[in-house]
Amino acid sequence: MNDRVAAPDSLRDDAEGMSYLSNLPRRIVMIYLPLAIFVFVLLFPFYWMAITAVKPNSQLTDYENYSPFWVVGPTLEHIKYLLFQTSYPGWLWNTILVSVASTFLSLFASVFAAYAVERVRFTGARTTGLLIFLAYLVPPSILFIPLAFIVFSIGIYDSRFALIFTYPTFLIPFCTWLLMGYFRSIPYELEESALVDGATRWQILRRIILPLAVPGLISAGIFAFTLSWNEFIYALTFIQSSENKTIPVGVLTELVRGDIFEWGALMAGALFGSLPVVILYSFFVDYYVSSMTGAVKE
Amino acid sequence: MSSPSITGSPDRSGTLLLRFNNSRNALGFVFMLPAAIFLLGFLTYPLGLGVWLGFTDTRIGRAGDFIGLQNYVYLMDDSVFWLSVFNTVVYTLVASVLKFALGLWLALILNEKLPFKSFFRAIVLLPWVVPTVLSALAFWWIYDAQFSILSWSLMKLGVIEQPINFLGDPLNARLSVIAANVWRGIPFVAISLLAGLQTIPVSLQEAASLDGATPWKRFRYVTLPMLTPIIAVVMTFSVLFTFTDFQLIYVLTKGGPVNATHLMATLSFQRGIPGGQLGEGAAIAVAMIPFLLASILFSFFGLQRRKWQQGGKD
Repeated sequence: MNDRVAAPDSLRDDAEGMSYLSNLPRRIVMIYLPLAIFVFVLLFPFYWMAITAVKPNSQLTDYENYSPFWVVGPTLEHIKYLLFQTSYPGWLWNTILVSVASTFLSLFASVFAAYAVERVRFTGARTTGLLIFLAYLVPPSILFIPLAFIVFSIGIYDSRFALIFTYPTFLIPFCTWLLMGYFRSIPYELEESALVDGATRWQILRRIILPLAVPGLISAGIFAFTLSWNEFIYALTFIQSSENKTIPVGVLTELVRGDIFEWGALMAGALFGSLPVVILYSFFVDYYVSSMTGAVKE
Repeated sequence: MSSPSITGSPDRSGTLLLRFNNSRNALGFVFMLPAAIFLLGFLTYPLGLGVWLGFTDTRIGRAGDFIGLQNYVYLMDDSVFWLSVFNTVVYTLVASVLKFALGLWLALILNEKLPFKSFFRAIVLLPWVVPTVLSALAFWWIYDAQFSILSWSLMKLGVIEQPINFLGDPLNARLSVIAANVWRGIPFVAISLLAGLQTIPVSLQEAASLDGATPWKRFRYVTLPMLTPIIAVVMTFSVLFTFTDFQLIYVLTKGGPVNATHLMATLSFQRGIPGGQLGEGAAIAVAMIPFLLASILFSFFGLQRRKWQQGGKD
């Protein structure tokens, strides 16, 4: 066990004297080397995105005179172009608005639904829980055509409401399923003593269940927010005009023009569209992971 | 998962809850209302409407008439449709197998004692967190026909003579989109399986070691059987996401070259929205449902097996 703890130290000073630790070379080949390759492959596209976003156009495709992996004299021109000469700030604002609104809408509906299924236990509660799980498995790619039809006929086509009202279709099943798991872990006794003291169901939910389920609410909220931020097919289908587009759709449909791609601006757009979710994710990694794995483990 | 029903355990609920029994259904109805409105209006109804549209000749801007199975009869003779079915199945199979193998490998690595373990776990998940369309754009640039960094590196290393035509050649394009899909899917599989690995009691591994099991045998006869139920669920989700994938293809190839990478979802979009044939697009989407049902059933068997294992496991 001791040489395992020593492993990172001896890794740092080069190959010298590795032979006397029979375990270490093995660990390097079996664990550290594959891990390094995995991390490199998984992160390289982000590095490439970032380095392209700050490369002057003259260096962008000139691999002979400049090393493609580095940048000499980074420039902000692509980012300036993005912010001042395209509708990018508007798309960013739309994406934030749509994601926040649909997340809160979904959390609101999910809290009540999860509480009803898990604790009110009305007739058919278990079947309802099962149906909600099944709804989670219905993919957007088979719903977008009829949904486009519906969105059009109720007159919200090409508006942010088209997205705010349709995103909950995949957020509510997920959030409800996750919150059901959280509510299940809260002891019945707490509710019973509140009932003895004459609390109503609404008071129990607001004063007892919700404060105890805050971690679950955060998990569900973070995950729902990133899901709606990343959504593409509905936004592509339901939105026509440039000023209502979200970032993924806007970057793809408006920054990609003709045969000459402005890779700098395109990568800057991709980078800035990813940063908000990455920052949010970095603050709540554990919540995010628990909601992702929670949905799988239930 | 199954908690005893209220009436079945009177000691738990007591008579206090009993007086709420009369209003229980009313309360449940009120609490379910917001979620039910959304799910019935924007999920169940469109699902039914989609099936109905598949039987009509609806176009954008024109209400359709019922035409029976004509859309499906037409698709039966449509070689592009069958190509897309073939592509979808190959894409799903190859990508899922790779995601499973590489994801499990990464999960096993991350389950070892490592310095900065939580840091590695956090950054490994990044490809899954970032919007698919935006990371696909990065892949588009990496796969560029002229200035691909991959081609350049391989040329510098002397492996190839000319830049690889990643997205222009049918076989290359298929491999490229599969690689991008695997890149995005590995983190989900790895982190989910890691969560499963962490629930396996260390004592089992220790007992096996004491009995003289080699690392391979411990993996094969302890880790893998304990992990099977989670593998079943994770892979069902993964297969579901891969089978209905749209974004990656739409960004990288739009189905080309010569429909070699068209999936059923992208074909459905192309015929339905830009092509205007809503009925035909809906019929293609409906044709995906049997495959999806198969994977959902598979998921249920995975879940049931888990319960049985938990029950039988002392």
